[in-house]
Amino acid sequence: MSDPATAIVHPGYGTFIKVWVALLALTGLLVTLSHFGQTTAVWGLLILTPLKAGLVFYFFMHLRYEGPLLKGVVLITLGTLLIFFALLFADVAFR
Amino acid sequence: MSEHVPHDDFGSRLGMWLFLVTEMVLFGGLFIAYSYMRAKYPGEFHQAGEELNVTLGVINTVVLLTSSLTVVLSIVAIQRGEKARSMGLLASTLGLGTVFLVIKSFEWAAKFHHGLYPNSAHLATLPPGEQIFFGLYFTMTGLHGLHVIAGMGVLAWILRMLAKDQVRQDHYIHLENGGLYWHLVDVIWIFLLPLFYLAA
Amino acid sequence: MSTPSYLVDTGPRKGVAAWLTTTDHKRIGLLYLLAMTIFFFGAVGIGVVMRLVQLTVFQKLVTAQTYNALFTLHGVVMVFLFVIPGLSAVFGNFFLPILIGANDVSFPRLNLASWYFFIAGALLAVTALFTGGGPPDTGWSFYAPFSIKTGTNVSLAVFAAFVLGFSSMLTGINFITTTHRLRAPGMTWFRMPLFCWGVYATAWVQILATPIIAITLVLVILERVFGIGIFDPAKGGDPLLYQHLFWIYSHPAVYIMILPAMGAISEIMPTFAKRTIFGYKAIALSSIAIAGVGSLVWAHHMFTSGMSEFANMIFALLTMIVAVPSAIKVFNWVSTLYKGAIDFQPPLLFALTFIFLFSIGGLTGVMQGALAVNVHVHDTYFIVGHFHYVMFGGTGFGFFAALLYWFPKMFGKMYSKKAIYASWFPMFVGFNLLYFSMLILGLMGMPRRYFHHLPQFDTLHVVATVGSWFLVLGLLMFFGTLLRALFKGGQAEDNPWGGVTLEWTLASPPIQENFEAIPTITHGPYHFEKEGQG
Repeated sequence: MSDPATAIVHPGYGTFIKVWVALLALTGLLVTLSHFGQTTAVWGLLILTPLKAGLVFYFFMHLRYEGPLLKGVVLITLGTLLIFFALLFADVAFR
Repeated sequence: MSEHVPHDDFGSRLGMWLFLVTEMVLFGGLFIAYSYMRAKYPGEFHQAGEELNVTLGVINTVVLLTSSLTVVLSIVAIQRGEKARSMGLLASTLGLGTVFLVIKSFEWAAKFHHGLYPNSAHLATLPPGEQIFFGLYFTMTGLHGLHVIAGMGVLAWILRMLAKDQVRQDHYIHLENGGLYWHLVDVIWIFLLPLFYLAA
Repeated sequence: MSTPSYLVDTGPRKGVAAWLTTTDHKRIGLLYLLAMTIFFFGAVGIGVVMRLVQLTVFQKLVTAQTYNALFTLHGVVMVFLFVIPGLSAVFGNFFLPILIGANDVSFPRLNLASWYFFIAGALLAVTALFTGGGPPDTGWSFYAPFSIKTGTNVSLAVFAAFVLGFSSMLTGINFITTTHRLRAPGMTWFRMPLFCWGVYATAWVQILATPIIAITLVLVILERVFGIGIFDPAKGGDPLLYQHLFWIYSHPAVYIMILPAMGAISEIMPTFAKRTIFGYKAIALSSIAIAGVGSLVWAHHMFTSGMSEFANMIFALLTMIVAVPSAIKVFNWVSTLYKGAIDFQPPLLFALTFIFLFSIGGLTGVMQGALAVNVHVHDTYFIVGHFHYVMFGGTGFGFFAALLYWFPKMFGKMYSKKAIYASWFPMFVGFNLLYFSMLILGLMGMPRRYFHHLPQFDTLHVVATVGSWFLVLGLLMFFGTLLRALFKGGQAEDNPWGGVTLEWTLASPPIQENFEAIPTITHGPYHFEKEGQG
């Protein structure tokens, strides 16, 4: 069993500040898009929000520097939720 | 950690992540409820969403994103043995968390002032879809607010541990795990903002 | 033996105080066993009363409202306090660390906290009976809108279930981390005993599904206290949403209940057939498959609710598919016996009974998966019969089998095998009289949860009630035998069954830290010498 626990090298202050700037920029873009009507707003939500969440997960929560197990845990969770949504809409969308 | 189990930082992080899984699914359940109701009442959700103050919502987003940044920088600081800086950064997170709660409470107060709260006489006169919108709004932001408070409690505790050198350069798993929790609270808000303030 | 057994107090605290503050996974397992046995018999008692009321002479025994409270209570206690924690909390706690060659779980103090959450939830549930508007009358499923309108004490009862869910989640977190981090050197994934696979798969369902019921129950409380409206049709809410959310958890919950039992059966079969399990990987992976697919079939509880036809078809299909991994397990267990040197002992008898009863439960489940049949049997005694075949015949008998198998190891005492055989007979006969009658009653049209019944159902109701007496007699004999063994039983050998998994290398009962030295594993779990390869 390889041990991913030892010697994780985290980057310095700079990387995280850059990520923070990107998050602010994406928030701005999201707000701007919401002024272009409902369709744009919804598409903005569907694309930009997961992107923002992804940045937080990947950098702030250090997933980038973790082994496959923790990445897998998150993917399993998101996959499960996605399937819950899909199956629920098998009902909601066809009623 | 009891003495009969060897110390295992990765195991602790794994445990924390699994706990975050339960939090993600908990809010996932609410997002399921939201999307179910939104599919049922698209027009009413749009109408009711106009009532929310976008400016305050966006300011709060910036506040939380920044508080997330200060936590992660606090970890960098302790890794480099900069105890004072680490504590300062963590304290700013607590400060920003307080700012978030204050702004949030102003928003809630305004809604109550306009009679937009569950079981109010005014809300009962609105179309059903709008009643549901506000039911969900208060439930989801309320539960999120509770998580912010819990997260601040945890981080305050860790700040104490930092001060007492129980969290230090060679042993900072508590700060990492507390940070993970705080980031998740941030991520949930990242989703709440567009659902209630923008795309509605 | 220099190191004392885990049953001996060596710390500063003695007696009850030592037990209530223990972080030893074995003691925590026993704490669960004690609490759950009490709850189990409480709920059995309620079941007996419910059966009595269905006899014409005892019709007036309770009022209709009390009857509603009784079936709610029976369901809540059995589901949330016995079968959901079930084998995971008792045998998972006791044997998961031992079977993977560890000295404890990853988070021992969290483990004790889980037990306290469990007890707190149980106390809250009991409190809910005597406070507020009296015991809840909604059925264990707390269906909205009735649950948000009834004057009975639903809020506290669902809060109790919420706390119990918390206990379940924390246990899941602990077991997943333990399985990933604390396996002994050489204990690769496919060298783990199958019970560990069962508990591991269960733990995933516990953390991925339980939060959904937690939030659903919170919504019910918010609905009752603040009137948020989400489940209230008068405010634009939708009871169907409640049903979706409830079953997103509660269907996977039945796999939380059954998977560890299947794991225990997979331990018992090779030990008494004295040969390796047939299709190890198929059983291991089918546990994961059941956990996965089982999470995607929830809406088969809602075929008659007014859900879309498209969803009905999707969920019917998925329901048929989930039967496949369960069938794989049954085939493999039976095949394990083939050409084995069978040593017939009480645990094997109960394991075989499990397979028989679970198969009936599983097959009646597939019947209901078919849409047309489901419409006919929905909300009838057929469902009640099916559910008890799976949960009692499956998880219950799995629990008994596991208890018989591991009892000598856990307590270091051996029970009277003859007395156990004697208890099996009334249990088995009573069980089938009771629940098979229910299957037939359901097909005839007897609705579930009815206080009284029409005269044409009389005969079978009498048969079922008489069956319940036999069943209870058997249960009393069974637990009486074990209780007697606890105090008067002879010293058990370290390896009474000739098992080859790690727990049988330890003393009976095991020492405090399990292993004097963590073992190094060099082969698969069911490595019987005669066969060579394990």
